[in-house]
Amino acid sequence: MIKTTRPREGFLNIFAYQTVTREEYFVRGHRACQGCGAALGLRLIMKEAGPNTIVVNATGCMEIISSPYPYTSWAVPWIHVAFENAAAVASGVESAIKILRKKGKIPEDKEINIIVFGGDGGTADIGIQALSGALIRGHKFLYVCYDNEAYMNTGVQGSSATPYGASTTTTPAGKMSIGQGYWKKNLVEITAAHRIPYVATACPSYPLDLMKKVRKALDADGPSFIHMFSVCPTGWGTPPELTIRIGRLAAETGMFPLYEIDHGKYKLTLDLPNGLRPIEDFLKVQKRFRHLTKEDIEVIRNRVQEEYDRLKKMERFTQEE
Amino acid sequence: MAHRTGIEVSLAIAEAARQAEVEVISAYPITPQTHIVERLAKMVADGDLEADFITVESEHTAMSAAVGASLAGARAFTATSSQGLALMDEIVYLASSLRTPVVMALANRSLSGPISIWNDHSDIMNVRDAGWISIFANNGQEAYDLTLMAYKIAEDHRVLLPVMISFDGFILTHMIEPVCVFDDEEIKGYLPPFNPPYKADPEHPVTFGPVGVPDIYTEAKKQQDFAIRSSISVIKEVFADFEKEFGRKYKPVESYMAEDADVILLSQGSVYETTEIAVDRLRKEGKKVGSAEVRLWRPFPFEDLRKAVANAKVVVVLDRAISFGGQPGPLLGEIRSALYPLEKKPGVIGVTAGLGGRDIMIQDYEKMFEYGYNYLKTGKEPEAVTIVGLRE
Repeated sequence: MIKTTRPREGFLNIFAYQTVTREEYFVRGHRACQGCGAALGLRLIMKEAGPNTIVVNATGCMEIISSPYPYTSWAVPWIHVAFENAAAVASGVESAIKILRKKGKIPEDKEINIIVFGGDGGTADIGIQALSGALIRGHKFLYVCYDNEAYMNTGVQGSSATPYGASTTTTPAGKMSIGQGYWKKNLVEITAAHRIPYVATACPSYPLDLMKKVRKALDADGPSFIHMFSVCPTGWGTPPELTIRIGRLAAETGMFPLYEIDHGKYKLTLDLPNGLRPIEDFLKVQKRFRHLTKEDIEVIRNRVQEEYDRLKKMERFTQEE
Repeated sequence: MAHRTGIEVSLAIAEAARQAEVEVISAYPITPQTHIVERLAKMVADGDLEADFITVESEHTAMSAAVGASLAGARAFTATSSQGLALMDEIVYLASSLRTPVVMALANRSLSGPISIWNDHSDIMNVRDAGWISIFANNGQEAYDLTLMAYKIAEDHRVLLPVMISFDGFILTHMIEPVCVFDDEEIKGYLPPFNPPYKADPEHPVTFGPVGVPDIYTEAKKQQDFAIRSSISVIKEVFADFEKEFGRKYKPVESYMAEDADVILLSQGSVYETTEIAVDRLRKEGKKVGSAEVRLWRPFPFEDLRKAVANAKVVVVLDRAISFGGQPGPLLGEIRSALYPLEKKPGVIGVTAGLGGRDIMIQDYEKMFEYGYNYLKTGKEPEAVTIVGLRE
């Protein structure tokens, strides 16, 4: 039995959850795998965003599972065009709304959220150019990268967001290979380097934290980016019923630290008074890391600690100003 | 009233886009298209055009943003050439299958490699089957008129398809030509406001771009073909209305002295006008020649073509691109297949010329007619690929 700490609002959460709307905008009936972290995240994000939202979806798991014609899971306008261009399509949508509002064709006071969903492949790899272009131009939308750490839709191929040492079908572990041979691309730093107002990491295992960040992102005075850790039982070889727990373990071990960069100010959003939990707790429950030796794990531990210490420093440094 | 003025063709196209009151322009610089969007950017900067100009980071994004803007209910415009069109290719197909009435100005330029910024038609042939309505403009006036008409056609609820207007890079784009430009008042109201039947509106949520499972993909593609095939009647209607209102006549297939011609030279784009000069010369020598142009490239005007060349003995097809190892010209293949079902049909032979900016001289056209006469006499086709103007 793996124990994790409770979300930090503790007991009061019982009441906090009651403030969440019962309305659904990403509705049930979709075809996601059991225990899909990304689908859960989308549902929560849409609850926070509400009905006045246009969703642009990159090709990928969430697009495939939610729109097999003639069915749709979307109770809001939803646009899917291609794989690498979700941020580009959203640029056009935002630009259109801006000019239509200016010309009086859309009422001035009508708030319309634009949310983009892209997987890690669609964001960190093939879609990064379109994303960078859109962010630097300042289109006001929230881009959510639901990161399940590989190309899951096509059968678990490695992406640049696949963590070091993970075995995938194109980075298989073997006698001559540790699995993924390089470190996960840091999407938060890359997007934050565009000096957009709000960037955060989140995980549906902390639903209130996720929704709070979505609210901040939607209220930001420009583009915003949320990097959402999305547990994938199918691709990672984890029991579906452990999805929530594994998401928490990722945060607690520092494998996926939860933090935000709000107008340049770093803030770790999950209290870990006793420091990081041993990364084995996270690694050992997943088939994709099963081959790692003690030495391999040490290498990962050092890197994770280094990153976490760096975040702490950044937090101190930027909050002091 | 409209005034006739000397204007660079690119700027005339920009003027047409302004008068069409485009709302979102997403474009990326590429020679020889750039002057169009530079002018549009300046118009927006000076407040002469109320639009949002997105300085995208690639042509792929130019087309993606245009599609997004169109789905959100704005009139979208983009322009490109050559490699730019090739890069946006994936989304060119999506613009038509999502039924977004985007208009694209395409300054025809050869595809790399070797890299060449000069004119031929290899770029447009690459998107022949992308589901766009595709029309050739042969001079500045036509480029201007057709850009305005493009929105009328595209946004018609019976059509709802993207339209590309092609015109030869440099030969037209950088040429100052006399163009009859409408006064704003005169053209006001020609285009009704853009009002698509479906758009991304939170009041009426619609799912755009769902997965086409095998159970439905075939039907979706049939519908798409039906839409573009049927659009020809709307295109003809728009041409006819334009003629009635403004006096300039456009036809899906243009022809010159073709009715009684034995040999017809068939081409596309700005060269068509020069073929007319060659026809005049040869007519003076007593040769019964004519010329024709497939102006409307998609939907392909089968009936109009058959009528235009019905009486000819030979049609010489001039291709401005090569289908490597194939037909050998994309236009040749189309013409042959369009005429094949006819009981009494002209012989169809093909030549290629004007690749990557190579000039085609009057003598070259005369040579092409010669191939036609030679075929008439001997039944011998020029071998693939016969390039007129090739240095050997």
